[in-house]
Amino acid sequence: MDKIIDILKGIRPEFDFTASDDFINDGFIDSFDIVTLVAALEKQFGIKIKGTEIVPENFCNLNAIAALLKKYGAAIA
Amino acid sequence: MRFAYRNKKITGVLSVVPKNFKTFDEEMENYNADKSRTKRLKLVMGYDRHHLVEDGVTVSDMAVFGMKYLFDNGLLSKDDISALVLVTESPDYFLPPTSCVIQGRLGLSQDVFCLDINQGCAGYIVGLMEAFSLLAQDDMKKVVLINADILSRKISKEDRNSYPLAGDAIAITIVENADDGSLIQGEIKFDGARHEVLMIPAGGFKMPSTPETAVMHEDRDGNRRSLDNLVMKGREVFHFVQTEMPPLLNGLFDRIGIGKDEIDWYLFHQPNKFMVDKLAEELDVPYEKMPSNIVTNFGNPSGVTVPLNISFNIGKRLLNETFKVCLAGFGVGLTWGAMVLEIGNLNFNDLIEF
Repeated sequence: MDKIIDILKGIRPEFDFTASDDFINDGFIDSFDIVTLVAALEKQFGIKIKGTEIVPENFCNLNAIAALLKKYGAAIA
Repeated sequence: MRFAYRNKKITGVLSVVPKNFKTFDEEMENYNADKSRTKRLKLVMGYDRHHLVEDGVTVSDMAVFGMKYLFDNGLLSKDDISALVLVTESPDYFLPPTSCVIQGRLGLSQDVFCLDINQGCAGYIVGLMEAFSLLAQDDMKKVVLINADILSRKISKEDRNSYPLAGDAIAITIVENADDGSLIQGEIKFDGARHEVLMIPAGGFKMPSTPETAVMHEDRDGNRRSLDNLVMKGREVFHFVQTEMPPLLNGLFDRIGIGKDEIDWYLFHQPNKFMVDKLAEELDVPYEKMPSNIVTNFGNPSGVTVPLNISFNIGKRLLNETFKVCLAGFGVGLTWGAMVLEIGNLNFNDLIEF
């Protein structure tokens, strides 16, 4: 999970991502940040996330991102 | 709608882009977001430069310039033109049709059939369909298909959502009958229930432009635009493309019995690099077969991205070689479609500046 937090902090260093369950509605990230996040996650974990899965629900909090990455077999521990 | 056309061919492509361009870096100050976030966006989306018309330039100006280039260089004769089809979302006027304006400015025959089509990102597919259909009439020589858009003039410069990808251009495609047994097949779909995903709200009869519609508002992401400006719900557009295009394309390939590896080039509309690359991944097509560099070099001039893709990425090879290509467009309407055809041995395939 620390790797995900590091990536998120790299995009929006001003926010504490452990303190939100809804990054989008809390204004932590917008749709463009999600695109940047996808690119960073793909690079970090060596995966390709399907375009159909790039939806807010999969990036709205740490658990959602972790669940998505697990589907691709990413080693997030 | 599934479609098929026999014995039709593209015989020339000319793309015209404005000389004037701006870089993403020099426009970053316009956007209400910190520079580091915006720079990261640049890399992922493939933004670098976009070619934009100067104030006062219209679609007919660029179209007349391109047509005169063809006449002056002996690439097209006025007497060979049977029809002029213009696909644009940025006409010179509400009325008359801009195709008529172009016909008049060029002094073309009164027998030339003129038609405007209001289409955008799928406008190359729609325009080619119309051109192929017209060629079924008797005594047809050449149909001139002009795709043209200068929508940068309707996009707020403070809209980080849309302005970085704005681009202006026109393309002229010559379409003729052939006697080679060629078969062009494709499919196109429309969903007007989602028409608000990509639109210019004010300026038509539904919401005439007024001082109130020109007032700038800020959205929750910090983008500033008015009702007179183009508004794109980027997230919805992205999801629409990723969910609708792969099944349409896979269904088309299955129906016409062609393997993906049999297609030499996938020349798709290009709103941004990220979206096109995701389509390539979903379709399991190599990135190099599906170029995503138009938005980087020119911006996104709506339906012109597809012929610009032909001119920029294949270029002079098309004068002596033939390729099996898949053309695809998706966007405003919503509209999404694709066609598979052979293209090659063109009389010209040029890219020039206005």
